[in-house]
Amino acid sequence: MAVIVVDVMPKAELLDPQGKAVAGALRRQGHTTFTAVRVGKRFELTVEGPADAAALDAARAIAEDFLANTVIEDVVSVRAAEDAE
Amino acid sequence: MRIGVVTFPGSLDDRDAIRAVRLAGAEPVSLWHADTDLQGVDAVVLPGGFSYGDYLRCGAIAAQSRIVKEIVAEAEQGLPVLGICNGFQVLVEAHLLPGGLIRNDHGRFVCRDQALRVERTDTVWTNEFTKNQEITIPLKNGEGGFIADDETLKRIEGEGLVTFRYLGVNPNGSSNDIAGLSNERGNVVGLMPHPEHAVEPGFGPDQPEAMRSGIDGLSFFTSAVSALIAR
Repeated sequence: MAVIVVDVMPKAELLDPQGKAVAGALRRQGHTTFTAVRVGKRFELTVEGPADAAALDAARAIAEDFLANTVIEDVVSVRAAEDAE
Repeated sequence: MRIGVVTFPGSLDDRDAIRAVRLAGAEPVSLWHADTDLQGVDAVVLPGGFSYGDYLRCGAIAAQSRIVKEIVAEAEQGLPVLGICNGFQVLVEAHLLPGGLIRNDHGRFVCRDQALRVERTDTVWTNEFTKNQEITIPLKNGEGGFIADDETLKRIEGEGLVTFRYLGVNPNGSSNDIAGLSNERGNVVGLMPHPEHAVEPGFGPDQPEAMRSGIDGLSFFTSAVSALIAR
Protein backbone atom coordinates (compact mmCIF):
# COMPACT_ATOMS: atom_id res chain seq x y z
CA MET A 1 0.00 0.00 0.00
CA ALA A 2 1.18 3.47 -0.81
CA VAL A 3 -0.16 6.95 -0.30
CA ILE A 4 -0.45 9.70 -2.88
CA VAL A 5 -0.65 13.27 -1.63
CA VAL A 6 -2.62 15.88 -3.54
CA ASP A 7 -2.29 19.55 -2.60
CA VAL A 8 -4.94 22.05 -3.68
CA MET A 9 -4.79 25.81 -3.17
CA PRO A 10 -7.23 28.62 -3.92
CA LYS A 11 -6.17 30.41 -7.09
CA ALA A 12 -3.59 33.08 -6.34
CA GLU A 13 -5.60 35.85 -7.99
CA LEU A 14 -8.72 35.09 -5.94
CA LEU A 15 -9.55 36.31 -2.49
CA ASP A 16 -8.85 33.76 0.21
CA PRO A 17 -11.09 35.01 3.03
CA GLN A 18 -10.15 32.03 5.20
CA GLY A 19 -6.45 32.82 4.91
CA LYS A 20 -7.14 36.48 5.65
CA ALA A 21 -9.06 35.55 8.78
CA VAL A 22 -6.21 33.35 10.00
CA ALA A 23 -3.69 36.12 9.26
CA GLY A 24 -5.85 38.56 11.22
CA ALA A 25 -5.96 36.19 14.20
CA LEU A 26 -2.17 35.83 14.10
CA ARG A 27 -1.80 39.61 14.14
CA ARG A 28 -4.11 39.83 17.14
CA GLN A 29 -1.94 37.27 18.93
CA GLY A 30 1.00 39.59 18.42
CA HIS A 31 2.80 37.59 15.74
CA THR A 32 4.67 39.85 13.36
CA THR A 33 6.83 37.29 11.58
CA PHE A 34 4.10 36.21 9.15
CA THR A 35 2.58 38.81 6.88
CA ALA A 36 0.04 36.68 5.00
CA VAL A 37 -1.65 33.29 5.16
CA ARG A 38 -3.33 31.23 2.47
CA VAL A 39 -5.29 28.12 3.32
CA GLY A 40 -5.49 25.13 1.00
CA LYS A 41 -6.28 21.44 1.21
CA ARG A 42 -4.23 18.26 1.34
CA PHE A 43 -5.71 14.93 0.26
CA GLU A 44 -4.10 11.59 1.07
CA LEU A 45 -5.13 8.85 -1.32
CA THR A 46 -4.32 5.29 -0.33
CA VAL A 47 -3.68 2.96 -3.26
CA GLU A 48 -3.70 -0.83 -3.27
CA GLY A 49 -0.32 -1.30 -4.93
CA PRO A 50 2.67 1.04 -5.39
CA ALA A 51 2.35 4.75 -6.18
CA ASP A 52 3.53 4.13 -9.73
CA ALA A 53 3.04 6.25 -12.84
CA ALA A 54 -0.40 4.79 -13.52
CA ALA A 55 -1.61 5.48 -9.98
CA LEU A 56 -0.19 9.01 -10.11
CA ASP A 57 -1.91 9.63 -13.45
CA ALA A 58 -5.20 8.42 -12.00
CA ALA A 59 -4.70 10.67 -8.98
CA ARG A 60 -3.94 13.65 -11.24
CA ALA A 61 -7.14 13.01 -13.18
CA ILE A 62 -9.43 12.95 -10.14
CA ALA A 63 -7.55 15.89 -8.64
CA GLU A 64 -8.32 18.08 -11.66
CA ASP A 65 -11.83 16.71 -12.10
CA PHE A 66 -13.19 16.39 -8.58
CA LEU A 67 -10.82 17.09 -5.69
CA ALA A 68 -10.26 20.61 -7.00
CA ASN A 69 -12.64 22.90 -8.82
CA THR A 70 -10.24 24.43 -11.29
CA VAL A 71 -12.49 27.45 -11.70
CA ILE A 72 -11.50 28.57 -8.20
CA GLU A 73 -8.58 26.33 -7.20
CA ASP A 74 -5.29 24.97 -8.53
CA VAL A 75 -3.87 21.50 -8.05
CA VAL A 76 -0.36 22.45 -6.95
CA SER A 77 1.10 18.97 -6.51
CA VAL A 78 0.37 15.28 -6.89
CA ARG A 79 3.12 13.08 -5.48
CA ALA A 80 3.86 9.83 -3.72
CA ALA A 81 4.08 10.37 0.02
CA GLU A 82 7.54 10.06 1.55
CA ASP A 83 7.65 7.49 4.32
CA ALA A 84 8.49 10.28 6.72
CA GLU A 85 5.18 11.95 5.91
CA MET B 1 -47.82 20.32 -13.83
CA ARG B 2 -45.34 18.50 -11.58
CA ILE B 3 -42.20 20.13 -10.22
CA GLY B 4 -39.61 17.99 -8.44
CA VAL B 5 -37.66 19.21 -5.41
CA VAL B 6 -34.50 17.27 -4.61
CA THR B 7 -33.57 16.44 -1.02
CA PHE B 8 -29.90 15.78 -0.33
CA PRO B 9 -28.46 14.86 3.07
CA GLY B 10 -28.13 18.34 4.56
CA SER B 11 -30.76 20.11 2.48
CA LEU B 12 -32.60 22.72 4.56
CA ASP B 13 -35.01 24.52 2.29
CA ASP B 14 -36.57 21.64 0.42
CA ARG B 15 -39.80 21.93 2.40
CA ASP B 16 -40.06 25.65 1.70
CA ALA B 17 -39.43 24.99 -1.99
CA ILE B 18 -42.18 22.36 -2.00
CA ARG B 19 -44.53 24.88 -0.40
CA ALA B 20 -43.59 27.52 -2.98
CA VAL B 21 -44.29 25.10 -5.83
CA ARG B 22 -47.71 24.34 -4.35
CA LEU B 23 -48.55 28.03 -3.84
CA ALA B 24 -47.66 28.64 -7.49
CA GLY B 25 -50.29 26.12 -8.52
CA ALA B 26 -48.08 23.16 -9.43
CA GLU B 27 -47.83 19.75 -7.82
CA PRO B 28 -44.57 19.29 -5.86
CA VAL B 29 -42.78 15.95 -6.15
CA SER B 30 -40.10 15.00 -3.60
CA LEU B 31 -36.99 13.58 -5.24
CA TRP B 32 -34.24 11.81 -3.28
CA HIS B 33 -30.54 12.28 -4.01
CA ALA B 34 -29.83 8.56 -4.33
CA ASP B 35 -32.62 7.90 -6.83
CA THR B 36 -32.17 7.95 -10.57
CA ASP B 37 -35.84 8.25 -11.48
CA LEU B 38 -37.02 11.80 -12.04
CA GLN B 39 -40.61 10.47 -11.94
CA GLY B 40 -41.48 12.32 -15.12
CA VAL B 41 -41.43 15.77 -13.50
CA ASP B 42 -41.77 18.82 -15.74
CA ALA B 43 -39.13 20.85 -13.87
CA VAL B 44 -36.72 20.52 -10.94
CA VAL B 45 -35.73 22.74 -8.02
CA LEU B 46 -32.38 22.18 -6.28
CA PRO B 47 -32.97 23.72 -2.85
CA GLY B 48 -30.77 25.54 -0.36
CA GLY B 49 -28.92 24.03 2.56
CA PHE B 50 -25.60 22.37 3.21
CA SER B 51 -25.68 19.21 1.11
CA TYR B 52 -23.19 16.65 2.41
CA GLY B 53 -22.16 19.14 5.08
CA ASP B 54 -20.48 21.32 2.44
CA TYR B 55 -17.67 18.73 2.50
CA LEU B 56 -15.00 19.12 -0.21
CA ARG B 57 -16.64 22.26 -1.61
CA CYS B 58 -20.21 23.55 -1.38
CA GLY B 59 -22.29 21.49 -3.81
CA ALA B 60 -19.35 19.40 -5.06
CA ILE B 61 -20.51 16.04 -3.73
CA ALA B 62 -24.17 16.68 -4.54
CA ALA B 63 -23.09 17.44 -8.12
CA GLN B 64 -21.86 13.84 -8.36
CA SER B 65 -25.04 12.30 -6.91
CA ARG B 66 -27.11 9.95 -9.02
CA ILE B 67 -30.12 12.23 -9.26
CA VAL B 68 -28.00 15.21 -10.33
CA LYS B 69 -26.37 13.16 -13.10
CA GLU B 70 -29.90 12.51 -14.40
CA ILE B 71 -30.86 16.15 -14.00
CA VAL B 72 -27.76 17.32 -15.89
CA ALA B 73 -28.57 15.00 -18.80
CA GLU B 74 -32.20 16.18 -18.88
CA ALA B 75 -31.29 19.85 -18.44
CA GLU B 76 -29.12 19.62 -21.53
CA GLN B 77 -32.31 18.53 -23.35
CA GLY B 78 -34.26 21.48 -21.95
CA LEU B 79 -35.62 20.36 -18.56
CA PRO B 80 -36.18 23.53 -16.49
CA VAL B 81 -33.94 23.60 -13.40
CA LEU B 82 -33.81 26.23 -10.66
CA GLY B 83 -30.86 26.13 -8.24
CA ILE B 84 -31.27 28.18 -5.08
CA CYS B 85 -28.22 28.97 -2.90
CA ASN B 86 -26.69 25.51 -2.31
CA GLY B 87 -28.62 24.48 -5.44
CA PHE B 88 -26.78 27.23 -7.37
CA GLN B 89 -23.50 25.87 -5.97
CA VAL B 90 -24.51 22.41 -7.21
CA LEU B 91 -25.24 23.82 -10.69
CA VAL B 92 -21.81 25.45 -11.02
CA GLU B 93 -20.08 22.33 -9.65
CA ALA B 94 -22.03 20.26 -12.21
CA HIS B 95 -20.92 22.76 -14.92
CA LEU B 96 -24.50 23.55 -15.94
CA LEU B 97 -23.65 27.17 -15.14
CA PRO B 98 -20.25 28.88 -15.47
CA GLY B 99 -18.04 30.32 -12.73
CA GLY B 100 -17.66 29.35 -9.10
CA LEU B 101 -18.82 30.38 -5.63
CA ILE B 102 -16.37 31.11 -2.85
CA ARG B 103 -16.48 32.22 0.77
CA ASN B 104 -17.95 35.70 1.30
CA ASP B 105 -15.18 38.31 1.00
CA HIS B 106 -15.86 39.64 4.52
CA GLY B 107 -15.62 36.13 5.97
CA ARG B 108 -19.00 36.21 7.73
CA PHE B 109 -22.32 34.52 7.13
CA VAL B 110 -24.83 37.04 5.83
CA CYS B 111 -28.60 36.92 6.35
CA ARG B 112 -30.71 39.81 5.10
CA ASP B 113 -33.55 40.87 2.87
CA GLN B 114 -31.72 41.61 -0.37
CA ALA B 115 -32.74 43.91 -3.20
CA LEU B 116 -32.04 42.52 -6.67
CA ARG B 117 -32.47 43.69 -10.24
CA VAL B 118 -33.92 41.12 -12.64
CA GLU B 119 -31.90 41.58 -15.82
CA ARG B 120 -32.98 38.62 -17.89
CA THR B 121 -36.66 37.81 -18.26
CA ASP B 122 -36.72 35.35 -21.16
CA THR B 123 -35.95 32.36 -18.93
CA VAL B 124 -38.32 29.68 -17.70
CA TRP B 125 -38.00 30.99 -14.14
CA THR B 126 -38.15 34.77 -14.69
CA ASN B 127 -40.66 35.38 -17.49
CA GLU B 128 -43.23 36.97 -15.18
CA PHE B 129 -40.83 39.75 -14.20
CA THR B 130 -40.31 42.88 -16.26
CA LYS B 131 -36.78 43.63 -17.43
CA ASN B 132 -34.82 45.51 -14.74
CA GLN B 133 -37.60 45.00 -12.20
CA GLU B 134 -36.38 45.48 -8.65
CA ILE B 135 -37.34 42.75 -6.22
CA THR B 136 -36.50 41.89 -2.61
CA ILE B 137 -36.05 38.33 -1.33
CA PRO B 138 -34.06 36.85 1.57
CA LEU B 139 -30.36 36.08 1.21
CA LYS B 140 -28.46 33.81 3.60
CA ASN B 141 -25.08 32.36 2.80
CA GLY B 142 -21.50 31.98 3.92
CA GLU B 143 -20.06 31.10 0.53
CA GLY B 144 -21.95 33.18 -1.99
CA GLY B 145 -19.16 35.11 -3.66
CA PHE B 146 -19.58 34.55 -7.39
CA ILE B 147 -16.33 34.57 -9.33
CA ALA B 148 -15.18 33.70 -12.81
CA ASP B 149 -12.09 34.45 -14.87
CA ASP B 150 -12.10 37.61 -16.99
CA GLU B 151 -12.85 35.78 -20.20
CA THR B 152 -15.85 33.96 -18.69
CA LEU B 153 -17.14 37.16 -17.09
CA LYS B 154 -16.91 38.95 -20.42
CA ARG B 155 -18.78 36.13 -22.11
CA ILE B 156 -21.63 35.89 -19.59
CA GLU B 157 -22.04 39.66 -19.61
CA GLY B 158 -21.86 39.79 -23.41
CA GLU B 159 -24.38 36.99 -23.87
CA GLY B 160 -26.75 38.51 -21.33
CA LEU B 161 -26.65 35.51 -19.01
CA VAL B 162 -26.55 37.63 -15.84
CA THR B 163 -30.08 37.18 -14.60
CA PHE B 164 -29.98 38.85 -11.17
CA ARG B 165 -27.69 41.56 -9.84
CA TYR B 166 -27.38 42.75 -6.24
CA LEU B 167 -28.73 46.24 -5.66
CA GLY B 168 -27.64 48.64 -2.94
CA VAL B 169 -24.96 46.50 -1.36
CA ASN B 170 -22.90 43.63 -2.69
CA PRO B 171 -23.35 41.26 0.25
CA ASN B 172 -20.58 38.76 -0.47
CA GLY B 173 -18.03 40.23 -2.88
CA SER B 174 -19.53 38.72 -6.03
CA SER B 175 -17.88 39.82 -9.28
CA ASN B 176 -19.93 42.47 -11.11
CA ASP B 177 -22.56 42.22 -8.31
CA ILE B 178 -23.79 38.98 -9.90
CA ALA B 179 -26.47 37.30 -7.78
CA GLY B 180 -27.73 34.78 -10.32
CA LEU B 181 -27.18 33.40 -13.80
CA SER B 182 -28.90 31.39 -16.48
CA ASN B 183 -27.68 29.16 -19.28
CA GLU B 184 -27.99 30.27 -22.92
CA ARG B 185 -31.26 28.42 -23.42
CA GLY B 186 -32.81 29.92 -20.30
CA ASN B 187 -34.04 26.65 -18.83
CA VAL B 188 -31.37 26.53 -16.11
CA VAL B 189 -31.28 29.38 -13.58
CA GLY B 190 -29.22 29.61 -10.40
CA LEU B 191 -29.05 32.30 -7.73
CA MET B 192 -27.80 32.73 -4.18
CA PRO B 193 -30.87 34.54 -2.72
CA HIS B 194 -33.95 32.56 -1.74
CA PRO B 195 -37.18 33.12 -3.70
CA GLU B 196 -38.91 30.25 -1.85
CA HIS B 197 -38.80 32.31 1.37
CA ALA B 198 -40.86 35.13 -0.16
CA VAL B 199 -44.00 33.48 -1.48
CA GLU B 200 -46.71 34.07 1.11
CA PRO B 201 -47.90 37.28 2.83
CA GLY B 202 -46.92 37.25 6.50
CA PHE B 203 -43.72 35.30 5.95
CA GLY B 204 -41.73 37.34 3.42
CA PRO B 205 -39.46 40.39 3.57
CA ASP B 206 -40.80 43.65 5.00
CA GLN B 207 -42.37 45.96 2.45
CA PRO B 208 -43.23 49.67 2.81
CA GLU B 209 -46.94 48.73 2.87
CA ALA B 210 -46.75 46.07 5.56
CA MET B 211 -44.31 43.98 7.54
CA ARG B 212 -43.32 40.63 6.03
CA SER B 213 -45.64 41.10 3.09
CA GLY B 214 -43.05 40.58 0.34
CA ILE B 215 -43.89 37.81 -2.10
CA ASP B 216 -41.50 38.65 -4.95
CA GLY B 217 -40.23 35.07 -4.88
CA LEU B 218 -43.55 33.61 -5.97
CA SER B 219 -43.06 34.85 -9.54
CA PHE B 220 -40.11 32.46 -10.02
CA PHE B 221 -42.44 29.53 -9.57
CA THR B 222 -45.44 30.98 -11.40
CA SER B 223 -43.04 31.83 -14.26
CA ALA B 224 -42.16 28.16 -14.54
CA VAL B 225 -45.84 27.16 -14.46
CA SER B 226 -46.62 29.65 -17.27
CA ALA B 227 -43.64 28.49 -19.32
CA LEU B 228 -44.63 24.85 -18.94
CA ILE B 229 -48.25 25.56 -19.88
CA ALA B 230 -47.08 27.45 -22.98
CA ARG B 231 -45.03 24.46 -24.19
